[in-house]
Amino acid sequence: MANFQVNKTYQEINEKIKQGKAVVVTAEEIIDIVRRKGEVAAAREVDVVTTGTFSPMCSSGAFLNFGHAKPPIKASAVKLNNVPAYAGLAAVDVYIGATEPAADDPLNKVYPGEFKYGGGHVIQDLVAGRTVHLVADAYGTDCYPNKRLEKDITLKDLPNAVLCNPRNCYQNYNCAVNLSNRTIYTYMGPLKPRAANANYCTAGELSPLFNDPYYRTIGIGTRIFLGGGVGYVVFPGTQHHPGRPRGENGVPLAPAGTLMVLGDMKKMSPRFLVGVSLLGYGCSLAVGLGVPIPLLNEEMARFCGVADEDIFAPIVDYGTDYPAGTGRILGQVSYATLKSGKMILDGNEIVTVPLSSLVRAREIALLLKEWIEQGRFLLGEPVELLPTGEEKPVPSFSHES
Amino acid sequence: MQKKVVLNFPPHLIDQPITYRLIKDFGLVVNILRARISPREWGRMVVELAEDGGRWQDAMDFLADTGVEVEPLAREVLRHEERCIHCTACVSPCPTKALDVPDRQTMTVVFDRERCIACELCLKVCPYQAMEILFE
Ligand code: SF4
Ligand code: SF4
Repeated sequence: MANFQVNKTYQEINEKIKQGKAVVVTAEEIIDIVRRKGEVAAAREVDVVTTGTFSPMCSSGAFLNFGHAKPPIKASAVKLNNVPAYAGLAAVDVYIGATEPAADDPLNKVYPGEFKYGGGHVIQDLVAGRTVHLVADAYGTDCYPNKRLEKDITLKDLPNAVLCNPRNCYQNYNCAVNLSNRTIYTYMGPLKPRAANANYCTAGELSPLFNDPYYRTIGIGTRIFLGGGVGYVVFPGTQHHPGRPRGENGVPLAPAGTLMVLGDMKKMSPRFLVGVSLLGYGCSLAVGLGVPIPLLNEEMARFCGVADEDIFAPIVDYGTDYPAGTGRILGQVSYATLKSGKMILDGNEIVTVPLSSLVRAREIALLLKEWIEQGRFLLGEPVELLPTGEEKPVPSFSHES
Repeated sequence: MQKKVVLNFPPHLIDQPITYRLIKDFGLVVNILRARISPREWGRMVVELAEDGGRWQDAMDFLADTGVEVEPLAREVLRHEERCIHCTACVSPCPTKALDVPDRQTMTVVFDRERCIACELCLKVCPYQAMEILFE
């Protein structure tokens, strides 16, 4: 156990939050405080640092229970606004996945496909209060004789709707370029030939897992901002790879940790759950997510003091290397450079484009700060922290989407 | 025949006297309604063309041969502000900086309709379907 000068507990901080006395700042605001006053004073002064991120998170979806019909049905194939949902659970439960395109989508037959409507859009329509058309087919059983059900559903009328995203909130991500001679359409957006643009996808210093690189305060039970409502970290996300190489400050130099998150969709908002159509790639869902990080001690203040110039993304060629899985990394680039709008690669200046919205990431960090300051949001103490080690050695590169 | 069209000039053509040739060589009556031309960028000109004894088809062939793109006049491209999340995906494809991030601190994407040449490149690129084109 390390010896710290500042030692706070979750209970103490929650007590202050309830009394409206907690000092809360965003992950951008803490940087200057740590620089000016040092990490010990910062940890004494500040109780919670709020983070935020808003970008397409493909591994997202929702469990919906659409209620029993008369006569009852054991649905085996379900479509919501013509987007297939997975119905292999019980009788009237489905999982609508963010990347599922509408059943009649031309996909990439007309290249590049536009993917105008998919699972992510169904989720956004539901949280926006719009009516969604449900069609369920069944084979019929003695106890569930109904073979077809059609009805209009709204979020309000659904017995249950739970957003449950197996992998969100990547701790770092690739900076994508395209060294080939043709434009390619990827989940990182369109990449022009000969590295004419570089697309990246995190909010840098505002992004949750950059501020707690070893997950000292994040684990099962951490209460978070999710999609405009309240959610929880329920498990390490799929492809959680804490073993990826790290810099001296502990921040991973490649995509590393991830979160599996869950929350009541009925309390969420279409401003923070937005359907995405990625040209030539497919549908997705942009998710707004914010994690509050308690400054339990000066070490946490140091971690939260991390700034864009201390965080590096690997530059990866999506023209050849990524689809071939070569694992080649062209170099590292700091988020300070990426956010400046241009970077140099092989002596050429290229435009850098974030796919994640910094405007909305800031909005999330500020909203979460407001909720905590007003005593409306308490910290959840994790019952178990996210793993920091791996059982098998981890390859330095893999397919992350 | 009288028609409102949009002429899109690739950057290498903007210093060419294209309008002059439409009038002089093909006898068209050209009424320029709106034009935006700046060095090293795509130029856009909204014109009303009248045949009036001129050679319409030859003029169109000439434009196609030189690389000027002719399209029916779109009224305008508009951005649904409430749908735009400021992801900046449209900024690098936009040829005229009509979509741009003037302030790297706020990272807000600003849409300047005056600069827009309705090339539609941003329409499909925008993952949030925030850009729309309206035809007359
Ligand atoms: S249509 Fe879109 S890409 Fe083209 S100039 Fe206008 S804003 Fe830019
Ligand atoms: S691509 Fe669409 S959402 Fe993104 S900044 Fe441009 S208009 Fe806004």
